[in-house]
Amino acid sequence: MRTSRRTFLAVGGLAALALGAGGAWYRATHDTEPQRFALDGEARAALHAIAPAILDGALANDPARRERQLGSAIDAVEAAIRGLPPATQEEVQDLFGLLALRPARRLLTGVPTGWESADIAHISAFLQEWRVHRFAMMRSAYGALHDLVLGAWYAQPASWDAIGYPGPPQRLA
Amino acid sequence: MTARIPDPIAAGLQRGWKVLDASTLAQDRTLEADVVIVGSGAGGGISAEILARSGLSVIVVEEGPLKSSRDFKMREAEAYPQLYQESAARKTADKAINILQGRAVGGSTTVNWTSSFRTPEPTLAWWRRQHGLAFASNDELAPWFVMAERRTGVIDWLVDPNQNNDVLRRGAAKLGIATGAIRRNVQGCWNLGYCGMGCPTNAKQSMLVTTIPAALDNGATLVTRARAERLRLRGQMVDELVCTALDADGVLPSGRQLRLRARHFVVAGGAINTPALLLRSRAPDPSGQLGKRTFLHPTLISAAFYDQRVEGWAGAPQSVYSDHFLDVDPIDGPLGYKLEAPPLHPLLLATTMSGFGEQHAAAMRDFAHMGGMLALLRDGFHAESPGGEVRLRADGGGELDYPLNDFLWDGARRALLSMAEIQFAAGARTVQPAHEKAQRYRSWAEARREIAALPQRAHVTRVASAHVMGGCAMDGDERRGVVDPAGRYRALANVSVHDGSLFPTSLGANPQLTIYALTARLASGLAASLTGRPAAALA
Ligand SMILES: Cc1cc2nc3c(=O)[nH]c(=O)nc-3n(C[C@H](O)[C@H](O)[C@H](O)COP(=O)(O)OP(=O)(O)OC[C@H]3O[C@@H](n4cnc5c(N)ncnc54)[C@H](O)[C@@H]3O)c2cc1C
Repeated sequence: MRTSRRTFLAVGGLAALALGAGGAWYRATHDTEPQRFALDGEARAALHAIAPAILDGALANDPARRERQLGSAIDAVEAAIRGLPPATQEEVQDLFGLLALRPARRLLTGVPTGWESADIAHISAFLQEWRVHRFAMMRSAYGALHDLVLGAWYAQPASWDAIGYPGPPQRLA
Repeated sequence: MTARIPDPIAAGLQRGWKVLDASTLAQDRTLEADVVIVGSGAGGGISAEILARSGLSVIVVEEGPLKSSRDFKMREAEAYPQLYQESAARKTADKAINILQGRAVGGSTTVNWTSSFRTPEPTLAWWRRQHGLAFASNDELAPWFVMAERRTGVIDWLVDPNQNNDVLRRGAAKLGIATGAIRRNVQGCWNLGYCGMGCPTNAKQSMLVTTIPAALDNGATLVTRARAERLRLRGQMVDELVCTALDADGVLPSGRQLRLRARHFVVAGGAINTPALLLRSRAPDPSGQLGKRTFLHPTLISAAFYDQRVEGWAGAPQSVYSDHFLDVDPIDGPLGYKLEAPPLHPLLLATTMSGFGEQHAAAMRDFAHMGGMLALLRDGFHAESPGGEVRLRADGGGELDYPLNDFLWDGARRALLSMAEIQFAAGARTVQPAHEKAQRYRSWAEARREIAALPQRAHVTRVASAHVMGGCAMDGDERRGVVDPAGRYRALANVSVHDGSLFPTSLGANPQLTIYALTARLASGLAASLTGRPAAALA
């Protein structure tokens, strides 16, 4: 994981540039329905790779169940994003645009090949760095992923058993 | 069971309330009244009732939806997108502070946690001395507090605190720190603990079930899912308010517009949105203070884990407080803080808890044994605590820039230490501050050493707020405040501001009751000046 740390130090102010560029590129190539946020292609693949690292310890071990859980968590993330004001949706799109952009992915996350082949350890390592990164922008990007994925996960009644939460009183819900 | 809970909103609509859901508009519309009020929250609701009962025709315009007890299903996944600004994910410009504000009929009062405090005397004294607000005294405000407390059913809450609040009481008692019981604005409360998702039994006496129904019964018109876009100015006067109708989801404009004409305009969109509307309207700002000095009671959070079950989701969310740390230093000294216990629900808790992966999952597995504590920093009384500034984003939306400085981090560190000490005194096995570099500490000795050394930094320390105040400061001196002591926007002859954005500083106490009392006083003055007769009181 030392490699990705070194990459970060080298990147410096490029991060801000890349984030803007990622968003612009993503918007330019996804202009079919400009008002409606959609996660597709590489952006969806990025989330599909990142979410298991964030949800590690909460997701089921059984591969088929895990895959179903991931699918519904990602749909829930997408739904949550659509409820945000358009300006915020655009910011989130910038973030996913950045993650979808191959050079930026390599530079900022150190994930060398495509998202499909990225492993949890590698992803956890770059999330750890983003968490406390010296650039506020990287910390806030981490915060967005953290809140979107964990918020969507724990919003679902299916996640409540594991945390001993009975859900709202039945008689009124 | 649900069928037996009377629904005052459904009943009112049956009685013929004038309510227009702007998302259903097929055409642009123009409406007229004596007074147009922007926002139906604490300030807007109180103003609407007083003005309508005083015989004025009133239109209340609200960007959120009209929901009621039968819609409140106590699920975060539905409540946040429907009832909160930006799905409860509103943030400061640098994203370092998460801000909770309501966005539905009743505003933040529909989702708030019912803690009811009068304005602390040291704050009033400061307003008198530093901000030229001669009326700011217990004596002069008492009748308004009495009226507001009666109207919103503020009572001594005599039910035992839930475990989460009892921890604060017990831990503080062990350390010789005084606590008090929090009064609440509820009638026939079921002690469920879901206030933040809208009250499913109408026990909470929010604006949704008190003043807004009273205003509608007195002939007022309520327009929902319409966003006040800009006031159209003619010199020193406003002649109409242009509103954008939103789609049924409340996210995007539907393409329809509303024009609301009136003799007088009351802006009560809450701090952040009120200054934003005035900025979008290019309201004159001779003092240069519009949008400035916006305060948050920046809030630090500490989690603790106990052997016994805490079940922080159940029972009245806030019922115990301590003002001990507000009184350690003078009001204009190092930041003081008020301690309370927040309700714990899975989504909000999961996003607030730092870390990810197995570490986060492990903390969540102990959810039932977890207690939470809050420290609200009293900002705005020291030169190093100037608050934030509301600016307009490129799309015209309001955004708060609230820089976090060393003065504030000093308060944050002391607050995290105080909370951990109290939690251990109450028997916590481990304590974990909401901080990216914090661990689960196993003893007060360890926590004291480690917390003292934690780097305090934006995003690394988790900071939140449910108390946005200021931005349209009321001040006796026209060079320091954009609003005069009568609540009038100084540079516009027929505009008043009636909400939390009036405060010249934060309060050091939860704000709802101060907004009720203050705006009752201002709305009564306004009604009298518009009608030439004394104003009607709140029911
Ligand atoms: C989760 C939560 C818990 C809280 N708990 C407590 C508590 O226990 N005790 C306490 O004292 N305080 C509490 N508060 C704070 C308190 O509720 C608020 O300080 C108070 O309601 C603010 O009143 P206001 O009139 O300034 O704004 P609000 O009550 O927020 O009302 C503003 C309204 O205006 C609408 N609006 C804004 N802009 C526009 C526009 N352009 N066009 C149309 N409509 C617009 C908004 O949608 C909103 O409905 C809590 C707040 C929250 C969010």
